[in-house]
Amino acid sequence: MENRPLEYDYTVAKWFMIATIVLGVVGMLVGVILAWQLAFPGVNLMLGEGLAEYTNFSRLRPLHTDAVTYGFTVSGIMATWYYVGQRVLKVSMAESPFLMFIGKLQFILYIVVVAAVVVSLLLGFTQSKEYAEFEWPIDIGVVVVWVLWGVSIFGLSGIRREKSLYISIWYYIAAFLAVAMLYLFNNMSVPTYFVAGVGSVMHSVSMYSGTNDALVQWWFGHNAVAFVFTTPIVAMIYYFLPKESGQAVYSYKLSLLSFWGLMFVYLWAGGHHLVYSTVPDWMQTMGSVFSVVLILPSWGSAINMLLTMKGEWNQVASNPLIKFMVLASTFYMFSTLEGPIQAIKSVNALAHFTDWIVGHVHDGVLGWVAFMIFAALFHMAPRVFKREIYSKSLMNTQFWIQTLGVVLYFTSMWIAGITQGMMWRAHDEFGNLAYSFIDTVTVLHPYYTIRAVGGTLYLIGVFMFAYNMFMTMTAAKRVEESQMQNTSPMGA
Amino acid sequence: MDIGQIQAYAYFGFTAFLVMVLYGYIYHLYSSEKKGTRDYEKYANIALDDELTDKPVESVSKKDETKKEEV
Repeated sequence: MENRPLEYDYTVAKWFMIATIVLGVVGMLVGVILAWQLAFPGVNLMLGEGLAEYTNFSRLRPLHTDAVTYGFTVSGIMATWYYVGQRVLKVSMAESPFLMFIGKLQFILYIVVVAAVVVSLLLGFTQSKEYAEFEWPIDIGVVVVWVLWGVSIFGLSGIRREKSLYISIWYYIAAFLAVAMLYLFNNMSVPTYFVAGVGSVMHSVSMYSGTNDALVQWWFGHNAVAFVFTTPIVAMIYYFLPKESGQAVYSYKLSLLSFWGLMFVYLWAGGHHLVYSTVPDWMQTMGSVFSVVLILPSWGSAINMLLTMKGEWNQVASNPLIKFMVLASTFYMFSTLEGPIQAIKSVNALAHFTDWIVGHVHDGVLGWVAFMIFAALFHMAPRVFKREIYSKSLMNTQFWIQTLGVVLYFTSMWIAGITQGMMWRAHDEFGNLAYSFIDTVTVLHPYYTIRAVGGTLYLIGVFMFAYNMFMTMTAAKRVEESQMQNTSPMGA
Repeated sequence: MDIGQIQAYAYFGFTAFLVMVLYGYIYHLYSSEKKGTRDYEKYANIALDDELTDKPVESVSKKDETKKEEV
């Protein structure tokens, strides 16, 4: 029998990488369709009146948000976990047939859940909670997938060779624990068919009512941003930026301090979604205050990342992968400053329900989350597929097209949002509103069109990414592991 | 003292406590490094030296560490 040296086993990481690409294309394509629908309502009927039920904004909107959050982003988190986890714990999946089985089972069940989500949302099954639309049978599937991820995290940690858990592992564990808690409590519901013999088998009602329901929902909703769009992405940048640049994290102590700061503060900030609602005033104030305090741990991580590049800024010009990560880190700083500003009560009075919020979400997810996931996958691809990245120039083009797309997106939404807010509150000397709703729609139309163009540019970049990754997997030049200590090898 | 006052004192006390915990943690990080109990910065190398053949920064098993050093 051949006696081969032990190697890291990236089977599950590869599967999740492919899922990330496919779900990224689907989620963002749907997003772009929605953007064009908002600018030109006729797009709602793009497949004719007969199929309007499946193509209208209200059916597609949850499909977009859930596909990019729980499809693209969560697949990206899993792909990087099954890569980074092994490497920083210095243990191979090949050493444990049990953990290998768990990883594969997690992927298969995840795909089943994704398919169920797509079908059920298109058919109109929803519990009408934003970012928590899935009905109860799907929730059970989500919980199983999540528990399997936990088994993988703690199983792999249990057989590790490296005694200390690298900072990225802390962030992955935080994401696992927090999402488990948030998801379970926000989705507590009563299946009406089984309890009262009423309604469809799929239907359920929340266990909470009124204001309590809103509070639990936004405790969940905001922390979905924290523990899906922030902590696991910070986990990625703490591994991939030092690794790609060959520079150790600027201050490991700062990374620990920021970690505990983020963990403590984030969980209290959700109340800012309910400013000027029926929740108690002190809760609204607490949500605002904690949101502002949140700047400190967020900037702690982001500054740590930028300082990691100290003395090595020439790499930003030469390596498109570093470009993606430095821009991601910058957008992280930017959106974690913008969010707290919007959470201040007086600013919120203007910003709430406007397009400015939509702009904020998208400079965070397009500029920070997606850029970091693209960078992570680009870094992993040569090491996983043993081939150099197919095209460096395509990566560069993707970077610039998408950066332009994000800038068009958030600037148009800023202007649209603030204009909208100002028009809604404008009144004459007797208190009569100065504008009707349709006046705002007319004024905002050009900005909606610019947003759709920005989104389309970003989507073109996603197609470039998918093509570059596909060619890397199948056609690029082969490379040896020894050539990949730091900088990723890439073609012209 | 009404409930509002109790809440206010509790809020202030809790905030002061958390500030102490935060600064205590920073003090702990720096002082343990100065005393030589623990060098936190070396853990940054876990990401850089992450091949299966690399020596762990801090091995789980002492045996492994000495064995690797002998090699």
